[in-house]
Amino acid sequence: MAEVLVLVEHVDGAPKKVTLELLTLARSLGEPAAVFVGNGADVAKDKLAEYGATKIYVAGDAELESYLVAPKAEVLAQVVQQSSPAAVLIPSSPEGKEIAARLAVKLESGVITDAVGVSDGFVATQSIFGGAFNVTSKVSKGTPIITVRPNSTAPEASPAQPTEEQVSVTLSDAAKKAKVLDRVTEKKGGRPELTEAAIVVSGGRGLGDGKNFDIIEKLADSLGAAVGASRAATDAGWYPHTNQVGQTGKTVSPQLYMAIGISGAIQHRAGMQTSKTIVAINKDPEAPIFELVDFGIVGDLFNVVPQLTDEIDKRKS
Amino acid sequence: MNIVVCVKQVPDTWAEKKLGSDNTVDRESVDGVMNELDEYAVEEALKIKEAQGGEVTVLSMGPDKAVETIRKALSMGADKAVHLVDPGLHGSDALATSYALAQALGTIEHDLVLLGVESTDARMSVVPAMLAERLGASQLTFARKVEVGDGTVKIERLNDAGYEVVEAPTPAVVSVVEKINEPRYPSFKGIMAAKKKPLTTLTLADAGIDAGKVGLGGSGTEVAEVTARPPKQAGQIVKDEGDGGTKLAEFLAQQKFI
Repeated sequence: MAEVLVLVEHVDGAPKKVTLELLTLARSLGEPAAVFVGNGADVAKDKLAEYGATKIYVAGDAELESYLVAPKAEVLAQVVQQSSPAAVLIPSSPEGKEIAARLAVKLESGVITDAVGVSDGFVATQSIFGGAFNVTSKVSKGTPIITVRPNSTAPEASPAQPTEEQVSVTLSDAAKKAKVLDRVTEKKGGRPELTEAAIVVSGGRGLGDGKNFDIIEKLADSLGAAVGASRAATDAGWYPHTNQVGQTGKTVSPQLYMAIGISGAIQHRAGMQTSKTIVAINKDPEAPIFELVDFGIVGDLFNVVPQLTDEIDKRKS
Repeated sequence: MNIVVCVKQVPDTWAEKKLGSDNTVDRESVDGVMNELDEYAVEEALKIKEAQGGEVTVLSMGPDKAVETIRKALSMGADKAVHLVDPGLHGSDALATSYALAQALGTIEHDLVLLGVESTDARMSVVPAMLAERLGASQLTFARKVEVGDGTVKIERLNDAGYEVVEAPTPAVVSVVEKINEPRYPSFKGIMAAKKKPLTTLTLADAGIDAGKVGLGGSGTEVAEVTARPPKQAGQIVKDEGDGGTKLAEFLAQQKFI
């Protein structure tokens, strides 16, 4: 069976959940082979083996850490040329999509982004126009390059004994143009990442003030959820832009999405409509968000949300 | 500093978006607007020009109708425009589009290419990176802040956890996020002036584009099937009578979320 390459997305070597999802998906399509770029391959190895990687390509050059996107695309292009895989799967993160973009140009291959599923023959399923249509499509030129959204597949362990292959990279000058001078973390720690979270609790205009986001955060923490925000809330400076869900922000597809004080304008719906279960709390019974919900409460969020958080905490204890 | 801003006309956010019989986006039957994220790119280009001098050229690939969007960018203050328009471009995917745009960019002198981080119709956000790759230019994408120096550009690149400070030499391709600025509205004077600004039209041949590498046939991807998502079953909606939070907790428990 031909190899299906999976680009490992990791934090200092610890593979992100989406990597394990992609290895699981790759196993249903061919021989899963992981491509690890950066520092920390030793940390990553066990996890990649546990989730079925039969081979791990490692490009561990320290120089790679100073650059974004372009060098990773060069590493992948080199591995593709050497191993002629059946396809390349990449996490559909902002950087992942850009790596896929550059790889596609290098290989003269078609690229599909934001797949929510990939089946036999590398047929990718996408959800477009904010979930209005499902589209299946295929790469018709070159090696299929597909970026896959987090939460598309449930990760399943299937231990393997991977062989390891060091990839020596000679980065081109073109790949070393954009140099990272500094990395600044703004996110408050401790909560799952928005696009990877199983549960997302989002707040919007109805909160009336940035400081009222604590009630959203408290609810999120009681559920182990990520916190999202509508554009109205981030535009008002109530919550960081990195947490914005919607057409010009993040697209999320969690198991449970809770829209609190969010009317559900099309801008917002485009970023959350494919969530499996949707719940809303809004004082306006005519709010369009109620067209999407599985369960909705018409009421004052300042009464409903604290009561809900208390009730969840009670049930947990 | 000569800047090219790439703008795309997309179906209006509020319009019901549809696909044509060949599964491409139906651009005819809906109102078109400038891709919202490109407005921020136009604004940023104008700000850089105002600070440093130079010229701002608008480049757009799209059907005849895309002229509306080009005019808007000109009325905001861009100096001139190039419209890449040819029936052979219809149905181009990202790979083909980036090739066509790169060819057109080859006909315009530039130090910077600015564009929105994604279009609100396709939402792939791959074209900026593809352009950088094709042009051999520096890739500076997802910028929430742009500082232009002498032969270099420094940006703050937005990421999931915060941002990275990234610097690169020109020529560079810079994509911007919406938090970067507040796009200006075209003034009446600007709208009148736009009508007289130079607008060049390029066909495939003019831009040296190989017809076999663009359009539906030249694309690297093909759509197999499109299905409208079944309308969602109406959910249960209850009015809070003082126990809304408890009722919601019960629902979440039934669904095994708690």
